[in-house]
Amino acid sequence: MSARFHDIALDVNGEPIRERVDARMTLVDFVREQLSLTGSHVGCEHGVCGACTVRVNGVVVRGCLMLAVQCDGMRVDTIEGVAASREIDDLQQAFIERNALQCGYCTPGMLLTAQELLALDSMPSRETIRTYLSGNYCRCTGYQAIVDAVEAVAQARARAKRDEERE
Amino acid sequence: MKPAPFAYAKAYSVADAIHLLAEEEARLLAGGQSLIATLNMRLDRPRLLVDINAVPGLDSIALKNGHVEIGALVRYAQAQRSREIARHAPLIALAIPHIGHPAIRNRGTIGGSIAFADPAAELPACVVALDAEMEIAGPEGRRTVRGEDFFQALFETALAPRDVLTAIRIPIADETARVGFAELTRRHGDYAIVGLAACARADGKRLADIRLVYFGVGAAPVRARHAETALSGGDVEGAVAALGYDLHPDQDLHATAALKSYLAGVLLRRVSKQLMTPLAAERCP
Repeated sequence: MSARFHDIALDVNGEPIRERVDARMTLVDFVREQLSLTGSHVGCEHGVCGACTVRVNGVVVRGCLMLAVQCDGMRVDTIEGVAASREIDDLQQAFIERNALQCGYCTPGMLLTAQELLALDSMPSRETIRTYLSGNYCRCTGYQAIVDAVEAVAQARARAKRDEERE
Repeated sequence: MKPAPFAYAKAYSVADAIHLLAEEEARLLAGGQSLIATLNMRLDRPRLLVDINAVPGLDSIALKNGHVEIGALVRYAQAQRSREIARHAPLIALAIPHIGHPAIRNRGTIGGSIAFADPAAELPACVVALDAEMEIAGPEGRRTVRGEDFFQALFETALAPRDVLTAIRIPIADETARVGFAELTRRHGDYAIVGLAACARADGKRLADIRLVYFGVGAAPVRARHAETALSGGDVEGAVAALGYDLHPDQDLHATAALKSYLAGVLLRRVSKQLMTPLAAERCP
C-alpha cells in the first residue's frame, strides 16, 4: 500500500509502541517528537555527525538516515533505554571521571557506538577506538578523553572477566 | 532540513518493486544511507519511496559457477564479516572498512552503493576493477551488465527507472589473483579525495591483466589504461607518469585538480606494492 501516513507497531526500549507516522519522518525525529525521548540528538541530518545514533534490532544506526515507517516490527533502543538497563554504567562513569564530555551533545552517540565496539572487540587499540568512533563528531573535547574513557572501560571489563574466570 | 512529503510503500518481492516503480518520481529505498541524506537536504523530492528491505532472497552471499554472488541487500557490515568475501573476493574485503562509519555500515547496502554510483564511492571502482557483473531485474525480465558498461555518467548507470539491481557477481579470486586498494580522505570513513581499486594476476615475477580503477577523479570510475600498460612492464614510476594521460580530475571542495593528480600517483605507488604481494597475507585481517 502506498500512502503518506502509516500505522506502525514497534518495540522502543522494551515497550510496545503503536503510532501513526508521516512517511517522511526520520527515526530520530520520531523518538524525540512523538515519544519525547530527547536523548538522541539532531545534528547534521545527513549522516555525518553521529549525534542521532540509536540502535535498531541490536546494531547502531544513524537515526537521521532511517525513516520511522521503516521500523515497523523492529526493536529500537535509544540512549534512555540502554542507560536504564545499566548496560553502560561503567562507560558513563568513565566519561564523567575523565571529562570525556563538555556540552554532552555527542555523548549519547559516543556511548552507544563505543558500547558496540566493546561488544565486538573486548581489547581494542587506541587506533581502533578512534576509527570506530570516527563517525561521531565531538566539537568540545578533542577526543583524547573519550578515547581514554573507552580504553579504560575495555581494560576494566577485561580485568573483571579475568577475575570472574579465576573464581 | 526535513524531507519534502512523499508516499511510502513496502515491496515484498522484486516483481512487486518493479510494479510499484511504475509510479512517476518513485525511488527505490535500500539502506538509505545516501538517499535519505539527499531527501533531508531536499536535493531530491520523490513522490514515492519503494522500500525493498523486506524483499526476501536479496541478502545472501553465495559461491555460484566460479563467482561470488553478493545479493544487492547485503549490508556492508555483513559483507565485512563474510568469510566467502574475505577468501574469494579480497578486493571487496579490503575496500569495505573504508566505507562510511560503523553505523553507516550496519545499514548501507552493497547494491545501494553501486546503484547510487557516487563518483567518489569505493564499490563502483571495485566492481569495474573486478570486471563484475550486475544482475538487473526490470519490466522486460532479467539481464546482466558488466562493470565497465554499468557506470555511464555522473550518478548515471545502466539502470532504467523501473530496474532493480538484484545481485553483483564477482569472479572468484584464484591463487594467482592480486588485489590492492587505497584511498585518501580527510577523516576515516569520508568519501575519498582520490581512491584506487586494483587487481591483477601474478605471472611469474610479473603482473598481468592489471586493472587500475580510480574514484573521486571523474564523473564515474576511471580506468588508468596507460598506467596499467607501464605497470605490466614492472615500471612503477613510468606508470605514475602515465597517469597524466589517464586522469583529468576536476577540482572539488576537497582538493585542486593538481593535488588530486599528485595524490593519484602516491596511491599508485602504494597499491603497486600491494599488487606485488601474494594474497594469503592480506586475507588474515
